[in-house]
This record gives sequence, structure tokens and C-alpha cells, in this order.
Amino acid sequence: MENKNYYFHNMDRRGFLKTLAVVGAAFTLKMKGGMAVFAQTITDQMENPADLVAVMGGEPDAMFQKAIEEMGGMSRFVKSGQKVVVKPNIGWDKVPELAANTNPVLVGEIIRQCFAAGAKEVVVFDNTCDNWKKCYANSGIEAAAKAAGAKMMPGHEKSYYRSVPLPQGKSQKNARIHQAILDCDVWINVPVLKHHSGANMSIAMKNLMGIIWNRMIFHVKNLQQSIADICTLDKKPVLNIVDAYRVLKTNGPRGKSKEDVVTPKALFVSQDMVAVDTAAAKFFNQIREMPLEHVKHLAHGEEMKIGTMDIDNLNVKRIRM
Amino acid sequence: MLKKIRIIISLLIFSLLTFYFLDFAGILPMRFHALAHIQFIPAWLSHNIIIMLFLIILALLFGRIYCSFICPLGTFMSLFPCSISKVSKPAFTKLRWLILAITLVLFFSGFTVVLGILDPYSAYGRIAVHVFKPVYLFANNILASIFNNFGNYTFYKVEIVMLSVFSFIVALLTFVAIGVLAWKKGRFYCNTICPVGTIFGFINKFSLFKIRIDNGKCTSCGICAKKCKASCIDVKAKTIDYSKCVNCFSCINNCSRKGLSFAMKSKEKELEKEEKVDKSKRKFVLTSLATTVAVPAVFASHPVPGAISQRGASAQRKIAISPPGSVSAERLLKHCTSCHLCIAKCPSKVLKPAFMEYGIGGMMMPMMHFERGFCNYDCITCSSVCPNHALLPLTKKQKHGLQVGKVIFIPEICVVHTNGTSCGACSEHCPTQAVKMVPYKNGLTIPVIDTDICVGCGGCEFICPVRPHRAIYIEGNKIHKKAKAFAVEETEEKEITDFGF
Repeated sequence: MENKNYYFHNMDRRGFLKTLAVVGAAFTLKMKGGMAVFAQTITDQMENPADLVAVMGGEPDAMFQKAIEEMGGMSRFVKSGQKVVVKPNIGWDKVPELAANTNPVLVGEIIRQCFAAGAKEVVVFDNTCDNWKKCYANSGIEAAAKAAGAKMMPGHEKSYYRSVPLPQGKSQKNARIHQAILDCDVWINVPVLKHHSGANMSIAMKNLMGIIWNRMIFHVKNLQQSIADICTLDKKPVLNIVDAYRVLKTNGPRGKSKEDVVTPKALFVSQDMVAVDTAAAKFFNQIREMPLEHVKHLAHGEEMKIGTMDIDNLNVKRIRM
Repeated sequence: MLKKIRIIISLLIFSLLTFYFLDFAGILPMRFHALAHIQFIPAWLSHNIIIMLFLIILALLFGRIYCSFICPLGTFMSLFPCSISKVSKPAFTKLRWLILAITLVLFFSGFTVVLGILDPYSAYGRIAVHVFKPVYLFANNILASIFNNFGNYTFYKVEIVMLSVFSFIVALLTFVAIGVLAWKKGRFYCNTICPVGTIFGFINKFSLFKIRIDNGKCTSCGICAKKCKASCIDVKAKTIDYSKCVNCFSCINNCSRKGLSFAMKSKEKELEKEEKVDKSKRKFVLTSLATTVAVPAVFASHPVPGAISQRGASAQRKIAISPPGSVSAERLLKHCTSCHLCIAKCPSKVLKPAFMEYGIGGMMMPMMHFERGFCNYDCITCSSVCPNHALLPLTKKQKHGLQVGKVIFIPEICVVHTNGTSCGACSEHCPTQAVKMVPYKNGLTIPVIDTDICVGCGGCEFICPVRPHRAIYIEGNKIHKKAKAFAVEETEEKEITDFGF
């Protein structure tokens, strides 16, 4: 108190404002540092954050911590007070070991980081193929999400979706999008890397088929082009986090037994859907042959300027744990 | 006191059973299907000797406890106000036995539909599924939209669908008829139409404990008869028609002179109303029983009792698919009384009541259809809950090896062939990869099928986007077959040490 009085007494108006500004700035910095999880690296990474991060050899949550650090920290993507949607793949009534859905440990960690970055609310949903309640429960995602403080939202009813135009779409001119995506501030796309009998690969772009209602029409009207079309949606995910901890190498996207699963323990993160899918598909190509030209939605995506397949010209960070 | 006990127990069973039918969210644990298993007709049809013995011994000891405590339709009727004329009326004894005889004759000749319509538990089940459930879902949806607006997803919206117009009409008519009868005629249904009521009414005459009138205390004031919904008390003669008494205990409760009691023997020798043997009735019953035995023998000369129609659920399907555990449509038709518990409990919306798909003998019985969903590979709900064992209980493993129908693929109308674009939705949904995508041309893949490992879940048919006819669908198996186990490709996991880019 005394000190403060001293300053006030010995200061002209300009001096006072100056002091106020400096104190204010210092205070803000301190707050920001306190809220970010990796305060140390943020300042380094902010200068030159990676375009694409590939991590290998760790547990899902630990790999994500490394990756988001390289991406400049979660607070680069999620701001204080925002409503966030985390959209994993929860398509099937399968346990995590069968790799048909996104790893629940990863989903939980992403949600925790969103809250640490100041998110007001985190919502998780998917338009599932199997019965949604069974999928939410048996994937382990419902439990992991709730434990991390997120809300599970249903996506099994048409009334949860609203029609949105896709002006750039070639096969699809509009789509019914889940209200959680339309009403949130930012959303994070968290696919699992897997073989797909129809689209050949199911990664980040294909995961957007879980935010729409009328996907049967996607299958009738050129599936690969339709996947690219839905990715032209204005409100793109701020982050695409590809879970490749366990990978369904055959009989995807559902798989029939544990023999379909391999465990390469990898993770890919990028803001660019096409780039992250290209990287993940190239990674998958080592497990099982998968020429990029067979994953046609990648080329369609690049053509429609959703992202780039030319990952060699990106700032790629490779991390082994 | 006795009336209070009756009200408490019957309401408990009734409300839990009703809620079990309505409960789409799985709030009540699955094992509450026991409430359906303790019902008389289901216990009989599933050959549950323990429950049958229990119910019969209960009746021999205490009379129609089933009718007043356990039967959901009986409790349902007691919820209606009753404006019955207060006089004891003669029982329609002949009509009653005739209905029972016809029901049994038809049942033993392979036509279960009449038993299904009259069985009080099944009739109530259909009312719950087709009349109450839409109302329950509607209320849930209103709650859900309010809560969802505030960002709370404890409640969620559920689609309200009329599964079958015919079953809805039957349920609605039963509902109205039961209501009107309960209101105007008291327990007319229980004492004239209900086959279970007839059986227990008969046993009731020999039961150890009965409601008995104390001739010394009774002044024939008539209050008991006024309160009797079964109108079974003859005040002047001071007698009770035990074939009609449903043990509601209202009379005991209302007698100010304690002139009625639930006791083993009356103090004075009873003036039984039907002491003298009704010879014509006895003859009638014997004739009925004889025909009951004889008629099935006549029907048996036909190769297929309860003839199964060749008409299927869709334009494409020729043989309707009976649910897992039913073994065959023929067996289903002999055991199912269409209570629709399986339909109410199916989480995948894959069961619906048949119209004529099984033929006239299979009306309202559950069949699989893939308009709204497909059978979950790991789900055994329907076969677990079926109280009649019309669907035999299955383990997950048994179900995985069961083929209710098999896949048929029409390549000429498949999207991959006609449009030259990717699809694979069918294979995506196939749990055994009986539908598998193989290289086609230009990097495209097209389905090939292996019917041996197909379980007939209908995932492919449900998701196939081709219309009006689908490029892939399930044809029913008349008799369910074994599905071969799918081959597992054993591949050694090669170590990935590089990112590949």
C-alpha cells in the first residue's frame, strides 16, 4: 500500500499511464504463461511452429503432448472461453484393441489440453454406423471423455443436423452438418488411421463423413469426390490429429478380428487435412501397399485447394520416443 | 390388509413390467425380463416347469393370485373406474370353455395367433409397445429438446416410428376394448374371454384358501357385492362363484361386520353354488379336450402346419427372416404369442411385427427388416428377453455361428459398376467380410460375396445406397443354418521403424 501511494504521489499523468501499461502487459504475460501447459517451449515454437508433426514410439497421450508442443501449444488453436468440439471416429461397436475407433487415451488427453488452454466447454460426438450408445460405451471414448470433463453429444437423429451449402462442392452441393460443429467456436478432427474397403483409406478427410447425416448420397454420387467436397466446408478443423497407435491394416473400416490390427504406435498432427492424410497414407504404405493415387480423395482435395499433398515442402517435425 | 398387499405387489409388478417395455435407454437392468418369464402362458410355452408348478400351486393354495397380483392386464383393468351393475350375474361358463377350447385347438394345430391375441400378458405387451411407448417417446423428445437447448444431453431424441399398422390397430382395439369392458363390465374379460382366467377360475374352485362368507355375521346388506368387480357374490344365497372371483379382496375390506374372510374353511358348511355336477358342462369340456387332441392329428397330415408364405419383407426378399434363436419361422409360429418384448428391446430397430410375410399364422410375430438398422453382431438381446423361448437364448458365440439368412449381390446395379465410382458401404458394415471388396478397375474395388460365412445381419442391405432395388440384400433361411467361421489371415507384424516420408 505504502509503495503504491509513493508511486502515485511522484508521478505525472504520462508516467502513470506508462507504468500502467507495463504492469498490465507483465500481468497478461504472466497469466498466459500460467495457463499454457508447456510455457517453456511456447515462446520458441511460436516463432517457427511445425506444419506437420509425426511422432512415433510412445503412448498415445505422451505422443500427443510432444506433438502439440511442436505445433506451438494448444493455446495456439484453442482460446480461452471457447466452445470446442473434439470429433473422433467412434463408428463401430468395438473395443479399443480392435482399432476401429480412435484411441480413447488420446481423446482424453486432447480434451484435457483444450481445458488447460481455457476452453469453456468440450463436446464429443460422432455419427456412428453401429448403434451409437454401444459405440460410445464400448469404444471407451465416452468414459475417457467424461473423465476429462467433456460432454458426449448424441448424433443418431436427423434433427441434430442442419443443412449447409457447399458452394465449392462438385458432387455434393450441400450437406446436413451436426449442430455441434456449426455452433462451436473451434473443432478438432481426431481420426484413426485405418484401411477402408470403399475409400481405400480412412483418415482425416474421411472422418468428416461422421459430421454429416445424409452420407448415403455420398456413396451414390462419387464417394471420393464427395469426401473432398465435404472438406471444403468453411468451418474447417483447427487441428487434425491422426491416431496411428493401433492401425487396422485389413478389412477396414470395421475389421473382423484382432488379426487385422497392428500396433506401430504413431501419431500425426497438422492443420492441413490433405497433408496429414498424405503423411499417414505414406506411413500406412509401409504396413501394406497403398499407392496414393488409389486414395483419390487426396488428389481431389489438393485440386480443390483444401491442402497440399506436397509434404516435402512443409516444415515437418519427426520425433521418435 | 389383504387388499393393500394385493395393490402394492400388483402395482409393483405392473409398473416395473410396463417400464421395462417402454425403457429404450436401458435404465432398468436387462434381467428384469424375469417379470415376463413369470407370466403363465410364456411359462407354459417355454416349458418352464418350475414357474408353471409355482403358479399352479399358488392357485391351489390361494386361488387366482396370478390374475390379481401378477397379470399386467388384470392390474391394468383395476386402474379403470368400474361402473358395473351391482348384481351377481351367472357366469358365461359355456362360452368361456368354448373360447378356451377353440384357442387350444387352434394352438395345437399350429395356429398360435388366437392364443397370442387373447393371452393377457401378450395383449398387454402389445398395448405397451404400440400405444404407450409412442407417448413415452414423445414426452422424452420434448424433455430432450428442452435439455439439449441448455447443452445437457442426459436426454436424447428418439425417432417415433409406427412399426406395423396392423399390430398398432390390434393393440389399440385391445386397449379400448379392455378399458370399456373394465369400466362397464368389471372383470368380464378375465371371466369370459381370457383363456388363462378360465384355467385359474377352474383351479380356484379347489383352492385351499378362499374368500368365505360367515353366515352368522352376514346380514345380506349387499355392500360386498356392490364392490365386487367380478360380480361373483350372490348376496341372498350368501354364496360366491369361485370360478369368477379374482381375489381382489375388495369385499373383505368393505364389510363392516367382518362377515367375509380369506380362510381355509368356513365355520359353517358352505352352501356351494355349484355343488351339483353340471353334466352337460362336463360333457362339453371332455368333448373339447378330445377335439383338442384329435384336430392336430388331422392338421399334421399336412406337411407344413401354419403354412409359411413365400412372400417376403421386401420386393426382393422371398423368405421372411425370423429373428436369431427362432431356429425357423415354423418353430417361431408355434411358440410366439406376439408380446413384442423383443421388438421393444431391440437396440438396432431391426425387428418389426410381420403382417402376412409368415402367412396368416404368423401375423404380428417378429421378423427382421433392414429399413431402419441392421442386427448388431454381438447383440443377443431379443433371444435373451423372449419369455416364451420362441427365440431360444443364445450366447454371443452361438450367435456368431448362426446364419438367419444369406447375402445376395446383384453386380449389374452396384454403384461401382454403374457409376464407376468407389462405394464399399456394404463391405464396410459386414462383420465377417462375407462381403469383401476386391480390385475392379481403375483402382476401384467391387464386392464379392461368400455366403458360407454370412450371418445375415443385414448391414449390407441396410446401407446399400442403390434404389429402388438394392444391389445387395439378405434372403431368409427357412431353417437357420450354421455360418462357417471366417478365416483369419495370420500375418506376422513387421516392425515399422520409419515414417515412410
